[in-house]
Amino acid sequence: MSAVAVIVATPLIGAAVLALVPGHRLGARLNIGFSTVTLLASLVLFGLEPSSGALFVVDAFNIYLIALTAFVGLTTSVFSASYIAHEIAVGKLDERKLRFYHAMYQAFMFTMLLALSANNLGVMWVAVEGATLTTVLMVSLYRTAASIEAAWKYFILCGVGIALALFGTILMYMAAQPVMGPGMAAMTWTELMDHVAKISPAILNLAFVFLLIGYGTKVGLAPLHAWLPDAHAEGPTPISAVLSGLLLNVALYAVLRFKMLLAANGQAIAPGPLMIAMGLASLLLAGLMLYRRRDVKRFFAYSSIEHMGIITFAFGMGGPLANFAGLLHMAMHSLTKSAIFYAVGHAVQVTGTQRMDRISGLTVSHPALGWGLLAGVVAIAGLPPFGVFMSEFLLVTSTFAREPLLALPLVVGILVAFGALVLRVQQLCFGAPGGVEGGGASVEPVPVQGTLVPLYAHLALVLVAGVWLPGPLVAWFQTVAALLG
Amino acid sequence: MSDLGYDAAHMLGAVVLLMSFALLYQRRLFSLLNVFTMQALALTATAAWQAYSHGEPHLYITALLTLVLKAILIPVALHRIVVKMKIHRTIEPALGIGLTMVAGVSLVTLSILLVLPVTADATALTRENLALSLSVVLLGLLMMISRRNAVSQVVGFMSIENGLILAAVGVAGMPLVVEMSVAFSVMVAFIIFGIFLFHIRERFDTLDMQKIESFRGESD
Repeated sequence: MSAVAVIVATPLIGAAVLALVPGHRLGARLNIGFSTVTLLASLVLFGLEPSSGALFVVDAFNIYLIALTAFVGLTTSVFSASYIAHEIAVGKLDERKLRFYHAMYQAFMFTMLLALSANNLGVMWVAVEGATLTTVLMVSLYRTAASIEAAWKYFILCGVGIALALFGTILMYMAAQPVMGPGMAAMTWTELMDHVAKISPAILNLAFVFLLIGYGTKVGLAPLHAWLPDAHAEGPTPISAVLSGLLLNVALYAVLRFKMLLAANGQAIAPGPLMIAMGLASLLLAGLMLYRRRDVKRFFAYSSIEHMGIITFAFGMGGPLANFAGLLHMAMHSLTKSAIFYAVGHAVQVTGTQRMDRISGLTVSHPALGWGLLAGVVAIAGLPPFGVFMSEFLLVTSTFAREPLLALPLVVGILVAFGALVLRVQQLCFGAPGGVEGGGASVEPVPVQGTLVPLYAHLALVLVAGVWLPGPLVAWFQTVAALLG
Repeated sequence: MSDLGYDAAHMLGAVVLLMSFALLYQRRLFSLLNVFTMQALALTATAAWQAYSHGEPHLYITALLTLVLKAILIPVALHRIVVKMKIHRTIEPALGIGLTMVAGVSLVTLSILLVLPVTADATALTRENLALSLSVVLLGLLMMISRRNAVSQVVGFMSIENGLILAAVGVAGMPLVVEMSVAFSVMVAFIIFGIFLFHIRERFDTLDMQKIESFRGESD
């Protein structure tokens, strides 16, 4: 059995096993165990030659996303174990819900890894649809009115997005079918890449518009981002971390695969301007929206929209440098943002509130947590020496060199968001520590046994990437950047 | 393909589109569900006809699924939900019939203008089928935007799905049609389950800004 089959099958088996396992401690441990196996299998991929079969494809592009997904999946499962232990202790979740939660977590990993490794447009669509379903179920886990509303909004908006993506997929097949004949070949990535030059560009253009809007809804691109802040704010925090860190990347990966097809076709419209426009709109809108946020998880959800905007902009610009910056930023954002959510998750638990004006002085009351959060925010704001600075710097300079007029709104957007982040982080991390909310006189506040290992592991990686990128990694990002056109 | 085959496929597709128009101006939920059932029946006939005339037996499964799920099970389930939630007397503040029809006709025009030029080298049936199905998808979106009630939004969503299936069965030899329609049905089933379980009567979007702020937990 090939490594990629193991990667996809492990979480699927995990979901089935975890659905049967009683007890949240055992469940959490098994969750970590299955995630570890997935990560190990994905590391094996690096030792193998790129391959493609009827079902799976492994090439330079998706291999790094598969490894990233498996890695963040593992660290989040470690964070999740300590997060849910506290939620159980304060009675916000019960055993039955957690069994469901763990099964859904693995099912979610399965759908994402399948979407990344599938060699078939239809299978990828089914996987993205499955990812939507599993996350909707997890967002509504707390069963509060707000969480159900968030899940509903997420469901309806992404449902429409998914429907439009399917229409785009059908159009794509329709475009390919006269050239490649009826059957599975016209829906297979590797076959399509070989024959795309002969495909009529007109239908391809139409298909891409639908796919960009459809999968773009899941990326959280403006103006289709409305679901994202609610879904991030109301679900359990580990889910916010994987939503921001992984799912948005997977949806963007789908868009980029189709962009590769268009680029290889040659005669089709350049997808660049569309993506640049949507990227800039998301960046500027989210940057401005950051100032009015009062809920800390919602705040960082808007920051995710902003960064997905930057990444989409980078791929829209195209060319070796901008693509390189986009790929690097995808990895850096995913590591940094999930690290921030780990910190925020514990911060919300120790203070008992998601309201930002009631969380303060974390560096005084909980030094390790507070400084970790501060480092994460400094990293996501794009300050050196972290990796996000590198990718943003690369993008801004390459944009200035090619299209100075486009660089202007890009820089403005990044600076606007930067201002909001600095403004908020001061209040969150410094000043007099706030009290614990929700404790009351009758209830003793439950001490939080948080683990900070995942947080600092991610920050260390982002720091290393900012200071020194290993040569093979650079060479390999360059190969992918060239593939993306 | 024979003239009869072409005419029949064309007519059945047009009936699906016609039902989309009829959905737009139904204000009572029961009549909405009835019209939706008829659309599902028309779609069943389309899929079965394509299966027969193109000799693609897997489309019979699509037809059967459409018949059982969308023409029987889902309308019955929604009917019961409507009765249980006591919203069967609700008259929805939909747009006026005239205005909705104008919007609908312009969407159909748009999709014809969009599809026909780009598919110049495809067969006539494929082109027209695509124009019809894009119209059904757009009309479904229009319906989801203009309705407030959760049940009618779901009906709008399912009519979008009908448009997608119409598109998929019209393209020769499209693989995975069955799998994708199953995946979609699972999604719809979950939505209906959600309405049933959580008694979601209305979508939460509202023009009342105060209400939105409080929903976001950001009221002060």
